[in-house]
Amino acid sequence: MERVPILKISSTLFVSIQIDLQDESVMRLQEDLADELAATGARGVIIDITAVEIVDSFIGRMLTMIGSISRLFDAETVLVGMRPAVAITLTELGLSLRGVRTALNAEKGLELLNGKS
Amino acid sequence: MDVDSRQGRMAAIMRDHQDKVVSRWSELVVAGVRGRSSAVEVRRELEDLYSLVTRAMSGADPQAAGELRAALTELSRSRARNGFTPSETVLGVFALKDAVYELVADDAELIPEFLAFARMIDDLGLHTFEIYAAARERIIADQAVAMLELSTPVIRLWDGIIAVPLVGILDSARTQLVMEKLLDTLVATGADHAVLDITGVPTVDTEVAQHLLKTVNAARLLGAECIVSGIRPQVAQTIVSLGIEFGDIATKATLADALAHALSRTGQKVGPA
Repeated sequence: MERVPILKISSTLFVSIQIDLQDESVMRLQEDLADELAATGARGVIIDITAVEIVDSFIGRMLTMIGSISRLFDAETVLVGMRPAVAITLTELGLSLRGVRTALNAEKGLELLNGKS
Repeated sequence: MDVDSRQGRMAAIMRDHQDKVVSRWSELVVAGVRGRSSAVEVRRELEDLYSLVTRAMSGADPQAAGELRAALTELSRSRARNGFTPSETVLGVFALKDAVYELVADDAELIPEFLAFARMIDDLGLHTFEIYAAARERIIADQAVAMLELSTPVIRLWDGIIAVPLVGILDSARTQLVMEKLLDTLVATGADHAVLDITGVPTVDTEVAQHLLKTVNAARLLGAECIVSGIRPQVAQTIVSLGIEFGDIATKATLADALAHALSRTGQKVGPA
């Protein structure tokens, strides 16, 4: 099973998903992220899904859950770089990812987090 | 063999009187199309057809029947494209019966041949009509595609603000196209505000609202905020009486208001210096 690396840059955790998402790797990511948030006390999480071409309802739900978990650690989650096709799929699935903020790219996502604090 | 030779006699008579029959035929056709084609033009077309008809009747030329059908196909298509009605198009074929009948009416012996000839013309008429209908359907399909393309421009209003003026009925095919174009433009330009202007949408019912909400949701997933503008008084009344909820989506009366709202959201200001 492939793992997704989590990078800490100042008070933000940066996750760039570069692999085809499997259910197991998303669940592993969720656990790793919770551990990392507890260990570092980061205030923001940026998840970059520029390279993700296919999502299903499970992955959509897991992304919402990652957002909810982060909020428990008082960290805000920003999903960046979603492709149009992915956005259309999620909308058709009826998932609007409530509780997760979105931005066009990593730069704007970082601005969004810094604007908050 | 008997039938062939009899058909042959009528074909010979028709060949001998080509000028007379074609003149009468053109007269009938020109009267039918009410001046939309000139007499000279019609005559030229009909002369070609007529010689194909006589060749096909004599039976000596096996390719003539195919050529005749091809010529009629071409004629029917061009009529359909130029906006002739179905009866004007098919009447052009049926008029040949009248023209030929005047030629053979006095000769009782030719009646069976004329009946066979009439059957052939009926077949050709049906063929012409079928081609006409197919050509018209093709035109309608092409126009639908062209309309879809024309009606969904995405405009860059300001730095970071784009607008989609929606004109016409918003069905699921249109919504899909609008959504794709909007999202692609958001990614390409890096804009974070989009204005959906529904001034040109005649009615907003629950289905249209559903389509709008879908589009807004998809844009939100990319990180862009949507503003719905161009809500006319009647539309506002319909929305409220249908109980449609736009939730936390900003709605504005005019495109100008929406632009001002988006500008203030992005921290820009426009006004007298």
